[in-house]
Parts: sequence; structure tokens; C-alpha cells
Amino acid sequence: MFRRLDDQDAKVVTFTFDGQMLEARDGDNLAAALLVAGVISTRTTSLSGAPRAPFCMMGACYDCIIEINGETVQACMTAVTEGLEVRPIVGPVAGTGDD
Amino acid sequence: MLARLQEPAMTEFDLIVLGAGPAGMAAARTGADGGAKVLLIDEQTSPGGQIYRSVLEAPEGRRHQLGADYADGRALVRALEHENISVEFSATVWRVDDDATVTYSIGGGGGGVARQARGQHLIVTTGALERPLPVPGWTLPGVMTVGAAQILLKASGVAPERAVLAGSGPLLYLLASQLIAAGVPPAALIETQTWRNYFSALKFSPGAIRGWRHLMKGRNMLRQIRAAGVPRYRGAKDISISGDGSVSAITFAAAGRCYELTCDTVLLHGGVIPNIQITRSLRLDHHWDDRQLCFRPRTDVWGLTSNPLIRVAGDGAGIGGAEAARLNGHLTAFGALERLGRLTVTARDAKAAPLRAALARETAIRPFLDALYRPPKELRQPADDVVICRCEEVTAGDIRRYAKLGCTGPNQAKAFGRSGMGPCQGRYCGLTVTELLAEANGLPPDDVGYYHIRSPLKPISLGELASLADDNPQKD
Amino acid sequence: MSENMSSEYAVIGGGVVGLSIAHGLLKLGKRVAVFDEGDDAFRASRGNFGLIWVQGKGLDQPAYARWSRRSATAWRDYADELTSASGLNLALCQSGGYDYHMNEETLASTAVSYEALKGKLDGDYPFDILDHGTLKKEEPGIGGRVAGALLHHQDGHVNPLRLLQALASEVRRLGGVIRTRRYVENIKAADGGYRLSLKHAEQVFTERVVLCAGLGVMDLGPDLGFIAPIRPQRGQVLITEKLPPLMNRPASTLRQVNEGGVQIGASKEEVGLDDRETLPVTAALAKHAVDVFPALSKAKLVRSWSALRIMSPDGLPIYQQSRENPGVFLVTCHSGITLSAAHSRFLPLWLEGKTDAPDLTSFSEDRFSVQAA
Repeated sequence: MFRRLDDQDAKVVTFTFDGQMLEARDGDNLAAALLVAGVISTRTTSLSGAPRAPFCMMGACYDCIIEINGETVQACMTAVTEGLEVRPIVGPVAGTGDD
Repeated sequence: MLARLQEPAMTEFDLIVLGAGPAGMAAARTGADGGAKVLLIDEQTSPGGQIYRSVLEAPEGRRHQLGADYADGRALVRALEHENISVEFSATVWRVDDDATVTYSIGGGGGGVARQARGQHLIVTTGALERPLPVPGWTLPGVMTVGAAQILLKASGVAPERAVLAGSGPLLYLLASQLIAAGVPPAALIETQTWRNYFSALKFSPGAIRGWRHLMKGRNMLRQIRAAGVPRYRGAKDISISGDGSVSAITFAAAGRCYELTCDTVLLHGGVIPNIQITRSLRLDHHWDDRQLCFRPRTDVWGLTSNPLIRVAGDGAGIGGAEAARLNGHLTAFGALERLGRLTVTARDAKAAPLRAALARETAIRPFLDALYRPPKELRQPADDVVICRCEEVTAGDIRRYAKLGCTGPNQAKAFGRSGMGPCQGRYCGLTVTELLAEANGLPPDDVGYYHIRSPLKPISLGELASLADDNPQKD
Repeated sequence: MSENMSSEYAVIGGGVVGLSIAHGLLKLGKRVAVFDEGDDAFRASRGNFGLIWVQGKGLDQPAYARWSRRSATAWRDYADELTSASGLNLALCQSGGYDYHMNEETLASTAVSYEALKGKLDGDYPFDILDHGTLKKEEPGIGGRVAGALLHHQDGHVNPLRLLQALASEVRRLGGVIRTRRYVENIKAADGGYRLSLKHAEQVFTERVVLCAGLGVMDLGPDLGFIAPIRPQRGQVLITEKLPPLMNRPASTLRQVNEGGVQIGASKEEVGLDDRETLPVTAALAKHAVDVFPALSKAKLVRSWSALRIMSPDGLPIYQQSRENPGVFLVTCHSGITLSAAHSRFLPLWLEGKTDAPDLTSFSEDRFSVQAA
């Protein structure tokens, strides 16, 4: 589990992940906020449906990708704002042929 | 206040520096002091790179927990306030051309807008990545890198509780001491160095003694770890992480015994490796460094690559740590200033001399550390059923099978099995695939080569790329 | 180091063309060795689009249209054979394909050329002209600026990398020898057959040679009496992140691969041996994709690649037996995927001079001598 260390003064905001309302501080790193909120897995892989979560926190591994406004973005490169709607990326993704 | 770019969309500079870590910040300031008009680009929201991540924003208490070395970064960040330095943050570079044109995306986190800048000269200071350490179960939620945990601490003041740290390298101890200082000591350290590592490091002891300050820091950290009662398991092998949907335990063998530790967070570390995505995309010369077990771009003592307009400084040229990166950044900028006609060769050499001496002192311990913390083969070339390409879920066994089908290089492996085709573009599987193929084919890694890297260096939206098209496209 | 290795056929080139031919020769009971360069060769097979395409081919030469059609028809059985033998699903889908047009004029003029070809093929050329409204019913994601499309019912697509993997596996399983990192420097008649001299002083003896080394035929061909008027032609391709199903059928410039990514291509550039990707071309490809399927604007481009096609002056394959060296054959084409079935099933009959061999005289090099005269 992950714990927030500082008693920061930053404003508390709410955002949603997969429809569930969560709390964070305004401007929080989204991946950090999800971990602190106890979210275990932020996506499942498109090939096998395996659960994944943030791994590198530096924008390199793309394991923390989530969907915001129809776009695939990295949670670790995104800041939380009030009312942000975040959706997990769920695989397997079906193509036009069987795999 | 740092000078931030607004318009126009394509700008010209004397010197463009990619990456605002210690090497990049040092290079930018040195270039600016030398009269060059400098652009510094970084994809994070503020300067510092990874080692000094969020160093200006971190509250004092957190800085204290993170240690004195971290706080050193503040001076470098403040030094960016110079009229000759323009900065672009939240800027993701996705293409670099060999005429030193840089194309990047502004507005990270979706909705990127494309911008371009061209330099007379380019210094790539994108630093390092964690070495991929494909242990069984490493893709489970709850497994992260040691670097990731440091970033959580630095940038967010967030810490994992009762984490298990596994692998080898100085950062393992640094993180452990930072977590202890923050009041969330790790549950255990699982260290993979064996007596063989210590034995082979012995011959580099003279260098280690020259770097005695580092040894002292290490010793102090170990004392803190002992004082905090954090158990250390040495000579660990057969590390395996398990859990149903997320981490629940880590098993390993050490000193003849088998262990199973219950945990929900495992932090892995096998050292860091140069981030060669940009240098590979430019098709610069690289060579395999068997001491550091990685590919490095070929550079001269001024950081110059096989492209006369492009230099590399810092960990991206070869792992040396933050202070070496800073010194290297200054030296490389001197080299660039000379090429730009802003320094004579004599003046350049005179300014460089004391820095070279400092760099030699700083890197004296490196061969010792490389040998001591050399990750064991089983961690770099795992068993068949272990996933080695996280994005496409390709296993080590798949790669070995492709080798039997005549695959002698990573690009054919990519074609056969899609390894390296995912969004991380081989950052976390490239070295593993090269090493697996080298072993299977009985070839040296230099002969096997590395993935061909192309733009976009990071995924960008088709809309953003399309925005750069002419109105009358030359499509077929 | 020299090696005495005897085979009936030495196939120079281990890409999709060489492996398809090797596969077919092995099925005929021949002893086959394949010689392939390494990871760093240009390897056109790595850059292909995956289309099994009939429309647009042979508009000036109906024999090419027939050859493509014959291969496309054979593909289903060929894929089934490779799948049941290798266990790999090739994701073959042959339900037709589009040529999208952004304006009415080009749609109409292309339709006219298809009609003309159809007449020369006794009507065996099933295509439809779809206006925007009709196309929209077939492809709901299509953008408003698309004027229409030509839908040809014999087109399809396949996973080309799986095909390569299946062929590599099958060639080995059938007893073929694949020698990688082998650079053939020259080929000379010797002892009733041919001696291949390889880099590092290796020599190989073989009865017959099939030269299908892609761009390598420019070096090896002329010494053997071939004209080999081949040039590289660059094609750049983009591929996106995996997406939910967006396209029902593939098009000549856009297809959604079975793993979910959308592939966009390709350019046709005369730039010599330069396989770099460029900003102007990739940006134009991205714009094209977004014009045709506006929802792709937000899709993330994950990678680009660029490869060199093996292009003859008229774009048609070359199948030529050497007159000076009758055991040596030249095979080149730029549609290695479409023709893979034909190269496995029918071309070996021609190599062996069988009575049921296909008539490939339209593809001989004679057509180039006539032009030169």
C-alpha cells in the first residue's frame, strides 16, 4: 500500500476512476493519486487481459496508460484536476480477425 | 522566473539541450554563459530530470528525508535563470533530425500540439532508464522500479509501506535510507551480489579508494539500514514474485535457504542503463560496453557523436552518476561553444582542465561499482516462461525459439514476435532481447545489434502529426 | 573455411519470396538451402503492408491481374495448410478491399480503367463503385470528405509477420536448410551446377539457383546474364496503438491489423538506398488517415517504419531463366505477400519445367530488351 507523507496544504479535489469517486490534492500526479487511493490495477493488457499498474513513474514504460477524453495518456505524466474523469484501458482489444 | 517559449512554432537557437537533469542543466548554463542562445527542453513539468525530480517544489522536510545529494540539485535549477536560456517543459520530444531539428509535443497528458526548434548544435542529455530486470511475476501490479519509488517520494511525497527492495546497486541502499528517513522503512532488502561480485570488484579497489567519499556514503546508508532493523538477504537467486492479480509474495534462495516474504509492493533495481532512443533514431554509432552491460553511443571527450552537430552528455553517454553527469554537461557545452566559434581551442581546454580532473576523481569508483553490482545472468536472461517484452507479452522462450528459426538480430525478433513493437518502443526489453539472441546465437552483443528506433520517439496523436502536413500533401 | 554442401536448389534470399519458393520446392521433394543476410539487411519483407491485393494490378498487363487473382484464390488453402502444419493463425481475411477516393473524378476514372481490364479478363473482375452514402453503410466510421471507394471482392489481408514465421518454421520442418548471416558474393557455373562464393571464404555447390535476394539482385544479377533492372522505391508506413474495431475491410492505404492497430501507408519515393522515415511523408500519411477516418485523430501513433520495395520499371514481377546459365532463375516482385501462395504452389512447377507450369512469359526480361531496342 502507498501512503501520503506530507501534510500538504494543497486543495483537496475529487476525480473519478472507472466511475468511482476518489480524492486527491489539486495538481497531484495522477498515477501517485491512484496508488494512494488504493487502486491496484489501472489497465488490462490487450493480448492476455493481464492486470497492470504504474511501473516506472517516468513516462517510459507505458504500463500506466489510461483513457481521458477518448485519448490514451500516461497516468504518471498527467496532473489531477477537479472533476477529471479517468477510465481504465481494458483488453483484450478485438481486431478484425481472430488472434 | 524561467523564460518560457510562446510563439512562433519553429524557433532557431545556437544550442538545444534535450533533458533537464544534471547534465542538461549544467550544459545549458555553460552554453548561456558562453554567449550561446540556448533552448532547454524537458518532458516533465519542472527541471531536475529524475535524480533531482521536483527539487525546487519539494517541501523542506521532504528534501531532508531525501538526503543532501538531492538538495544539491537546487543550485543547478536556479542557475537556469539566465537571459540566454529559454525553457520548454511538459514538452515531449518525438523526433530529432540529423540537422539538429527537434520536433516536440506541448501539453502532455493528451491534446498535444506540435512545435519545432532547430539548433546550430544539439546536446542530448536524456539520461538513463532502469535496466529491465525480468524476474518471474515482474509485470504484476505492485511491482515497480526503485527509481519509480524515488519519483513518488520526490514528486508526490508518497511512499510504499513495507516494500521489499530486490536487486543490486547503490540506488537500492539510497532508497532504503530515504524510506527509513521518511518513516516507512522497507520490509527487506534482497541483494543479488555474490562473492563472485566482491571478488571481481577487488581488482578495482584503488579506484574505489579514490572515490572514498562514495564509500563513506554507502557505509552510512548501510548503518542506517541496520539501525532500522531492515533485514538484508545477500547472494539471492531464483527470485520470483507471485500473486493473484497483484503482488502477494516474493520467494528467493539465499545462503542455502529458501525464503518467502509476504508483501504487496516489490521494488526492483538492477542498475541503470543509458537511454539510447534518440541516439539510435539518429543512427549514430554505438558500441556494447561489457563492463556496464549496455549499449553506449560513441562519443569523444567532448561528447561529440558520429554526427558533428550532436553531442551526448551525462548518463546517456555512459553511467557515471549525477555529479559526473554535471561535470560532463559543462565539458560537453565547452566543446559545443568551441564549435560555435564562441571559444578558442585554448580557452576551451583551459576551462575544461579542472573539470576533467574532477571528473576523473568522480568516476574513479565506477569500475568497482560496475563489477560489484553487475546483475547476474539469470536476471538478465530469464527462464523461458518469463515475459521479457511487457508491452506485447513476449517471453524469453519465444525469443529463444525465434533464434532457432534463424533470427540473429532483434529486428527480426521484432518481426517474428512483436517484441519492441509496443508503446515503450523497446525501452524495457531491448537489452534483454539483444542479450538473449547473443547467447542463443553465440554472438557478441555488438554483432547482434539493437532495435531500429524511429520517430515518433514517444507515441503522439495522428491529429498532431497530421497538423504538420502541407496543405498539398505529396502522398502517392 | 570452405564447405562442401550439396543441394538441388540454392535460394538466395530468405524473405517472403525466398521462403515461399523454398516451401513449394520442398513440397515437390527437392533438397533446398536458403541463404539469407542478417538483421541489418534492408529486408523488404519487414516493411510490407499485409495486403493480398488484386485490384489495381495489371491494368496495362492482364497477365499480371490473372497471376495476382490466381494467387489470391489459392491463398485460403495455402493459409490453412501453413496453419495446420505450424500451429500459427495467419489471420487471413478475404472479404474484399477498398480503394478510397477523396474526389469524384479520380473515382470515376479509376472505375473506367477497372472496367477496361474486366473486359480483358472475360468479366472475372468483381468490383463495385460505392458512392459516399453506400460506403458509409459498409464503413460507418468513414469521414464526410470521402467521395467514395472502389470495392473489389477478391481483395483481402493477412498477418504478414505470422506468414514469415510460419514459412520459416515450415521450411525447416520440411527439411530445408536456412543459413543466416550468409552474404553471397558471386555465383559461377561449376561441375555441372553452380558454385556460390560466400563472404568469409565459404563455398557452396548446388545444382540450381533461385536468385530472389530483393535489392541484392542488382549486384548478383548482371554477372549471371540478367538485366535485373531493379530499383529501390521507398514506402513509409505508420501504425497506431491497438484500437477497438473501426474498419470492416482493408483498403490500399489503411487497414486494421488483427492485433488492433491501424496501419497507414504507403508512400512511393525514389530516394535510393535510404530507408529513413521522414516528417513530411509521415505527416501526409497521418492527414490522409484522419481525412478518411476522422476518429483516428485522437489515436496514438506508436511507430513508423520505412522499407525499400523491389521495383521493376513497369512494377510487374520478373520471372526469368538465365539463357547463359540455364539452372539459374531470377525472381523479383514487390507484392510478395499477395504472390506468396503462387510462389509456393505454382512457381516451383515453372522452375522444374513441369507440364502444368504457369505461363510466365509476360514476366520475362524480354520485355525490357524490346524497350531498349
